[in-house]
Amino acid sequence: MEIVAPSTEQLLADFESKINAEIKIEPRDWMPEEYRQNLIRQMSQHAHSEVIGMQPEGNWITRAPSLRSKKILLAKIQDEGGHGLYLYSAAETLGVSREQFIQALHEGKAKYASVFNYPALNWADMGAIGWLVDGAAITNQVSLQRTSYGPYSRAMVKICKEESFHQRQGYEIMWRMMEGTKDQQQMAQDALNRWWWPALMMFGPHDSDSPHSTLAMKWKIKRESNDQLREKFINKTIPQAELIGLKVPDQNLQLLEDETYKHGDINWDEFWAVVKGNGPCNQQRLEHHIRAHKEGAWVRETAIASAKKHNI
Amino acid sequence: MEAQKKYYLQLADNALILSHRLSEYSSHGPFLEEDLANTNVALDLIGIAESILEQTAKIDGKGLTGDDLAYRRGEHEFYNCLLVEQPNTDFAFIMVRQFLTDAFHFYFYSELTKSKDKFLSAIAFKSLKEITYHLRRSSEWLIRLGDGTQLANDKTQHAVNTLWKYSNEFFTENEVDIEMKKSGVGVDLKEVKSLWSQKVNEIFFMAHLKIPENDFQLTGGKQGNHTEYMGYILTEMQFLPSKYPDAKW
Ligand SMILES: [Fe+2]
Ligand SMILES: [Fe+2]
Repeated sequence: MEIVAPSTEQLLADFESKINAEIKIEPRDWMPEEYRQNLIRQMSQHAHSEVIGMQPEGNWITRAPSLRSKKILLAKIQDEGGHGLYLYSAAETLGVSREQFIQALHEGKAKYASVFNYPALNWADMGAIGWLVDGAAITNQVSLQRTSYGPYSRAMVKICKEESFHQRQGYEIMWRMMEGTKDQQQMAQDALNRWWWPALMMFGPHDSDSPHSTLAMKWKIKRESNDQLREKFINKTIPQAELIGLKVPDQNLQLLEDETYKHGDINWDEFWAVVKGNGPCNQQRLEHHIRAHKEGAWVRETAIASAKKHNI
Repeated sequence: MEAQKKYYLQLADNALILSHRLSEYSSHGPFLEEDLANTNVALDLIGIAESILEQTAKIDGKGLTGDDLAYRRGEHEFYNCLLVEQPNTDFAFIMVRQFLTDAFHFYFYSELTKSKDKFLSAIAFKSLKEITYHLRRSSEWLIRLGDGTQLANDKTQHAVNTLWKYSNEFFTENEVDIEMKKSGVGVDLKEVKSLWSQKVNEIFFMAHLKIPENDFQLTGGKQGNHTEYMGYILTEMQFLPSKYPDAKW
């Protein structure tokens, strides 16, 4: 019997029928190169975001105002690093190593979530980041639990549980501050003012301007569009703000007849400026990561040398 | 009562201040796994500090909380040893500081499980699992650092040479240590010291590290006299409660 290798057309047809039947694509399955590249881009960006996101929160660990809040913040940051590890491993199933991912980050070829290029200026920022940034991330990630690539989907299921915990903790900080002194209330409102728009921008450009979206939706890497997810987030979050007496900084916000909200114009010039590297902390965040990596080189080298000696 | 309270604070402050130093190191680790392991130790230590501070506040009976003790005491009222407040100069300093402290904690808390004080024996018992892991981790790292590359050995030996002068304070008995030992609450530091020395010699031998020939020692932390670093640690740690004394967080 003669075995004939299937044609690319046949492989693609099989691949797409799996996608249509909601069967997950696994690392050893055939996949179009564009699908692989799309996933490498998205998953590594996601992993880098978890890791770079440790920095703005890390900025307040040593100034956390109580033992409990310090413990919670340490544990939260540790969770985020854990998500990073988990996502790097999931992304490595696509044939790229962690060292390569980090190199791409350092060379500016790989991105991370732009929201982490904003500064964390007061303690309420620890609340706003958990509540809004983790909140926006979950909205996106809940949807990604159904993504078509198996390792990514499973990573999302695991990560989502912790993210929703982070969101509640963040909201609790905001709530406590709004219950507190005038100074605390001002800090909370100030933090919301600064994080609201960057959080909305986390969902990316409007669907009409989103370059990677079409194919990603077709192959079910993405399951819901940027605008759909953004609306979900807004409708969930505004009532939470109002409940504790915070005011969302959007003068053109409208409450529609169906009880949903329509937000005012997003400043896309700012969005693209930050994406291109010109945000308040882009340089600081990336240089910090590069410096720590460089300073750690001798430690990684001695660990390898010692493992070789002892045959571990 | 006062002696008991001070004894509690000595234990709590070592854990609290070392945890603080480790927490400064978040996002600075040589690779992600180690960054997280470091935070993990910081978390364990702040957990120990929190339990002891809350109990201290309770037996003190003045309506204070554990947070008041952490965030509203002045520098002279902190009784941690000088070693734990030393800065994160580099990974070798962090690990040498950690190993010397972990080894102390391990043998100290092992002894403390036999304390007549129910609270202390319980916290010692509970913490030992974590501390055992800390000691294993820092021992392994010391060997990797000392017995890997020449550069790492040099850096680690330099850290040992710098930090060694703070290592004996753990075992330097003050009045409180003596009183607590007599009443069966505290532990015999001489015994802890001899076990600690054995462990240090063993790991230093495997790591090709040497104890400095000049064995002069500095102390003072246990009496509230600290190094210059301590003021900065507290300024940062206590910033919010100091600036907003009426706020609840
Ligand atoms: Fe995360
Ligand atoms: Fe999170």
